[in-house]
Amino acid sequence: MNDLSTSSQITYQAVPIRPGTIRRIRGLSDQALAWLFITPTIVLLLAINIFPLVWTIYLSFTNYRANRANAPTIWLGADWYQSILTDPDIWAAMQVTAHFVVWTVLIETVLGFGLAFLIDKKFRGHGLWTTIILLPMMLSPAVVGNFWTFLYQPQIGLFNYVVAFFTGREASSFQMLGDVTLSPWAIVIVDAWMWTPYVMLICLAGLRSIPDYIYEAAEVDRASNWRQFWSITLPMALPFIMLAVLFRGIENFKMFDMVNLLTGGGPGSTTEVASITLKRAAFESWRTGYSSAFAIILFVTVFGLANIYVKALNRVKSR
Amino acid sequence: MSASNAAHSVVEPSTSARRFAGLLVILYAIITMVPLVWIVLTSFKSPDDAISYPPKVLFKPSLEGYCNVFTTRSRQTPEFFQTLGPPQGLCDNIARSRNMVVAGPSNYVPRFINSLIIAFGSTALAVALGTLAAYGFSRFRVPLKDDLLFFILSTRMMPPIALAIPIYLMYRTVGLSDTRLGMILLYTSVNVSLAVWLLKGFIDEIPREYEEAAMIDGYTRFQAFVKVVLPQATTGIAATAIFCLIFAWNEYAFAVLLTSGNAQTAPPFIPIIIGEGGQDWPAVAAGTTIFLVPIVVFTVLLRKHLLRGITFGAVRK
Repeated sequence: MNDLSTSSQITYQAVPIRPGTIRRIRGLSDQALAWLFITPTIVLLLAINIFPLVWTIYLSFTNYRANRANAPTIWLGADWYQSILTDPDIWAAMQVTAHFVVWTVLIETVLGFGLAFLIDKKFRGHGLWTTIILLPMMLSPAVVGNFWTFLYQPQIGLFNYVVAFFTGREASSFQMLGDVTLSPWAIVIVDAWMWTPYVMLICLAGLRSIPDYIYEAAEVDRASNWRQFWSITLPMALPFIMLAVLFRGIENFKMFDMVNLLTGGGPGSTTEVASITLKRAAFESWRTGYSSAFAIILFVTVFGLANIYVKALNRVKSR
Repeated sequence: MSASNAAHSVVEPSTSARRFAGLLVILYAIITMVPLVWIVLTSFKSPDDAISYPPKVLFKPSLEGYCNVFTTRSRQTPEFFQTLGPPQGLCDNIARSRNMVVAGPSNYVPRFINSLIIAFGSTALAVALGTLAAYGFSRFRVPLKDDLLFFILSTRMMPPIALAIPIYLMYRTVGLSDTRLGMILLYTSVNVSLAVWLLKGFIDEIPREYEEAAMIDGYTRFQAFVKVVLPQATTGIAATAIFCLIFAWNEYAFAVLLTSGNAQTAPPFIPIIIGEGGQDWPAVAAGTTIFLVPIVVFTVLLRKHLLRGITFGAVRK
């Protein structure tokens, strides 16, 4: 008996909290405590995310302009939605976005998986080099966009110098950010530099989740390395690769900060991804109703694509 | 992982394959580091060295960039300089060599302080709310639990600009526009979804038996949470807090659209540091370097939990 009470004292060091608090909370059932714990988060999200979303939906049916708050608000029905879906500028922005998303995700997946595959060989010092490779993705996209504009300067930039060094062209003969054909690739390069490590990290987890005995069995069956890669490594890492593609796809569909600093959508509108169009309509021309409708369309698109993708992902996983 | 014991030798890559893999990875790591190293080097260059062609790798180090990011300077006539005493400190010395005097502190310092206050404030709130909610979801039967968790996650799918439109109007109405409190609340709401998902994973890993034992010993559920679960979850809470800090520290879209002066953080400010006759690249590089140092430290601290953080706890290794 004596023994027992000492052990419980050692384990929990039963120091009471303030007596008032205890008395108030002791009476609560688990159910009440659960709600007490969860409600603040839900309330915050309702106030700062859901209420604004509902407000956006309302505004998208009106002619409201944030810079003329006192003008009478007129109900327009679905007019904005109709004009957005038939606006060639919007479709141009969607094409720019699609180009950006497809190429960045493709490059990042190939490079990221390749790197993960190499790191998984566990050469000496791989932990240190992995940490170094991961650094870019932790940085602020805005700051990254800003210092890449420095690297891309035609006269003084390091990027132009290195390209000129290897191709023999004049460093000032091309402008990564000012040229209509080059600027869409300039933003792809920066995004790939920044986010390849992200895909690499998720793929690495995928490769490490493959149990050794499967490879051992393949060795016993004398499957070639090539064969092992295509019928064991790739299929088993696929759910992880797809998870990375999902996350990168959603993030880049919403891309704003990096592009805003690198090109601001220019030259002209050659790098004007959807978020930049939205920002221009909402905070430069102050067409609040119109931009609200576009915002809702973008949100529904992200949400819809993500849902379809998650379903596909689950099918791959359960296979 | 128990990959490296002798029984598995049959699937271990050969030494030469391993060396070749290492070589390629190290090559990639070096190339990927060049832009960052270049920014740090630029921050120690004089303005002339920073824009020289071909780019200078070797140069005489100067603290001018760091001086310029922290001070404002004004150009003066030679007659005025004769009325002044000796230069006050290093930055004044550099300024005088360019026929200028230090006029006062720059806006970088208040922006940096805003970044600190907003990042730490929103992180503290998000982690506090997230810990409570995560414990609730982890331990109790909550109706519509999966729906609520999905709802919490889905708030992160909104494009930030889409959310910024109504937030701008809402903050204007309630008087929160361009205030630190407004930004703290906004960042908390973005971070709380990450905090709930990550912390639920960490708390799920703490055996329920610990609390049950404590409750048999006379603890209430709440006491058991405070005295048993929280200490066990310290690592998870710390990792989550660092993720929230990094997000709030790096955030740009909301900051550039919703703040103009009073509550502006460093990311929208650094790109608009202008010197005489165009962008002052050493000063921009210095501001960037100072801003990035905490992130590098945090990344090294976090490296074991990075995977979990970037996948919302979906992949745990």
